[in-house]
Amino acid sequence: MGLKLSRWRATRELRVGQRDSGGPERLLDGSVVLTRLEAAVNWARKYSFFLYPFVTACCGMEFMSVAGPRYDVDRFGAALPRFSPRQADLLMVVGTISHKQAPILVKVYNQMAEPKWVLAFGVCAVSGGFYDNYSVVQGIDTLIPVDVYVPGCPPRPEMVLDGLLQLQQKVKEERWSDWPRGQAPVSRC
Amino acid sequence: MDESVTLKKLAQKFPDAVVGTHRYRGDDTAIVTKEKIRDICLFLRDDPDLLYNFMMDLTVVDYLGREPRFEVVYHLYSLAHNRRVRLKALVSESDLTIDSVVPVWIAADWFEREAYDMYGVIFQGHPNLRRILLYEGFEGHPLRKDYPLKKRQPLIGPVN
Amino acid sequence: MAEIAKDLHTEHMVINMGPSHPVTHGTVKFLVTLEGETIVDLDVEIGYLHRGFEKMCENSTWQQVMPYTDRLNYVSPLINNTGYALAVEKLLGIDVPERCKYLRVIACELSRLADHLTNVAAAGLELGAFTAFLYFVEARELVWDLIESLCGARVTVNYVRIGGLKNDLPERFEEKVRDVFREVRRLWKDVDKLLTKNRIFIDRMRGVGAISAEEAIAYGFTGPCLRACGVPYDVRKAQPYLVYDRMDFEVPIGETGDNFDKYLVRMEEMQQSMRIVEQALAQMPDGPINVRMPQVRMEPKEKIYTRIDSLIYHFKTVIEGIKPPPGEVYQAVEGGNGELGFYLVSDGSGKPVKCRVRPPCFALTAAMPRLVKGRLLADIVPTFDMINMIGGECDR
Repeated sequence: MGLKLSRWRATRELRVGQRDSGGPERLLDGSVVLTRLEAAVNWARKYSFFLYPFVTACCGMEFMSVAGPRYDVDRFGAALPRFSPRQADLLMVVGTISHKQAPILVKVYNQMAEPKWVLAFGVCAVSGGFYDNYSVVQGIDTLIPVDVYVPGCPPRPEMVLDGLLQLQQKVKEERWSDWPRGQAPVSRC
Repeated sequence: MDESVTLKKLAQKFPDAVVGTHRYRGDDTAIVTKEKIRDICLFLRDDPDLLYNFMMDLTVVDYLGREPRFEVVYHLYSLAHNRRVRLKALVSESDLTIDSVVPVWIAADWFEREAYDMYGVIFQGHPNLRRILLYEGFEGHPLRKDYPLKKRQPLIGPVN
Repeated sequence: MAEIAKDLHTEHMVINMGPSHPVTHGTVKFLVTLEGETIVDLDVEIGYLHRGFEKMCENSTWQQVMPYTDRLNYVSPLINNTGYALAVEKLLGIDVPERCKYLRVIACELSRLADHLTNVAAAGLELGAFTAFLYFVEARELVWDLIESLCGARVTVNYVRIGGLKNDLPERFEEKVRDVFREVRRLWKDVDKLLTKNRIFIDRMRGVGAISAEEAIAYGFTGPCLRACGVPYDVRKAQPYLVYDRMDFEVPIGETGDNFDKYLVRMEEMQQSMRIVEQALAQMPDGPINVRMPQVRMEPKEKIYTRIDSLIYHFKTVIEGIKPPPGEVYQAVEGGNGELGFYLVSDGSGKPVKCRVRPPCFALTAAMPRLVKGRLLADIVPTFDMINMIGGECDR
């Protein structure tokens, strides 16, 4: 048990703010890990994303690849798509959002429980892409807050994985004071 | 000439309704007045020499500044004779109605709804003529030439 | 039982399925009226992916339309590219070199292979056969590797040009094709074993979504869904374009038009596509891949940098667009889902007056109520999968 824990500790994940592991941990002979609650919760969150794939268009093809065996998003702890917004904490907006689709996106976002993050997958979700016309939303950030933007038309799976790692980094660095409490739902459409 | 059988028969059968026929790059085209469109379509479908059993496509073209302004374009295909024909019915802006061909080919249902949605042409006798690609509450018909490309609609607020 | 039911107060239940639902591919809404689990009525609402394709085309030059065609049927973009290029070439009245035709055939068939792989993979996934999904997504990755080595992109390729192609075959392409096809055939066999004789799969597919040939024609069915009804209509055979008349391939047909037949037709078409690619690679002559018409197809970069006439043509075609003569054409190709037609109207300027696509799955999706009415709610899933509705193509 002691060995297992000390190896775990060696990942440095849980040692935020504890460069000198002398102190109480040594006194307790390596059988406990001390960390800040914030860091522990963030560590747990960043490796257990439950995605809601809001797949609408071409990017869905690359999303299939990301989920498929070659790129395997499972390696990053974000494997299980949840098709209920109540169970998901990462909204992946994959593809073009048209005006007709926009109210649905906002509704799905509002139904998700906190904490929640949004990843804009593909240039249409980021900015509307080359569809600057009467029917396409010019970037989902006009509707809902976005955490990570992954451009590309569609982005390669490597890029999506990179975006996911960026998001993990962001989650890891979240502060207690940043955690949302009872935010009002978005009502921009 | 074998290819023009359709146009010949059509011109014989409906001398008043067929305004003109031509052949361009191998495509047969007949321009017709809109009044008899359903009879023409029935004839094209049922005549044993023609048997246009597929309604492949239906769309509208907007020639802004010309009278009549709109053309409803039908693309038909005959499986038995492996032949295609294009029908163009003229619709003027002052009277945007034309008979629906849903009784002839059920496939026309959605295509006519789309044409109505995009151009505002009203298909009389259509069982369920409402918007299909855009939402209820959308104002105007976006594929008309005088509809601005980037005009925003009120559904999702001023930001977009 | 009937006695009890008589006294109970029952009414139909109306539920929304979609638009954000794993089975509806994100872009369609079914308004289902249910009596118990039986579908009494179904209303299909599309348009959630309407991106204004035609309006964008009318505001672009003829060449700029090409990237938009990629995103119509994003499962088989190369066929869309080819269809549009053929239509514009018909309007211009030009013919592309032999090698270009063969290359386009190869590109189209690779794309069709990827399309059917995706379709069967997704259908398997949605019926619970996750292994089949993993196998075919891997096979698709392999085909995409080929497409990537050919075009430089995986999904939205933008490979075909009006009057030619972006580039010739990469080095050692035949070898790569041989390796990839060996692997794809192996995975195909695995999935065939997993699905074709799988009791659960057959129970979900067999007899569901059946339609007679006459009705299918009246609804405007084309492609695998029509062939599953026993009508051997394939644009590649009926009105051969490119060099399909020189290829030896079969058009698989089904009998009942149910979902299982559609699945079998697609599985067989994958084999035929691979055959066509192999034949095309064997028959392909050497030679140029672009027409030598600088007012249509850009000359090589070296010439543009060194010769004034090439530079002028380059400038004119880029700024003003190529200018087909006034007129209109309709060109059909066999897309992944059926007849993909392009109807173009030109007034002699650099931009199309009208660039209309005949979307095959538009007509198929319109028949959804006919296919599932009176069946169970769960039958929507395999039926809709086998229709293979692609939002970009259906809604444009």
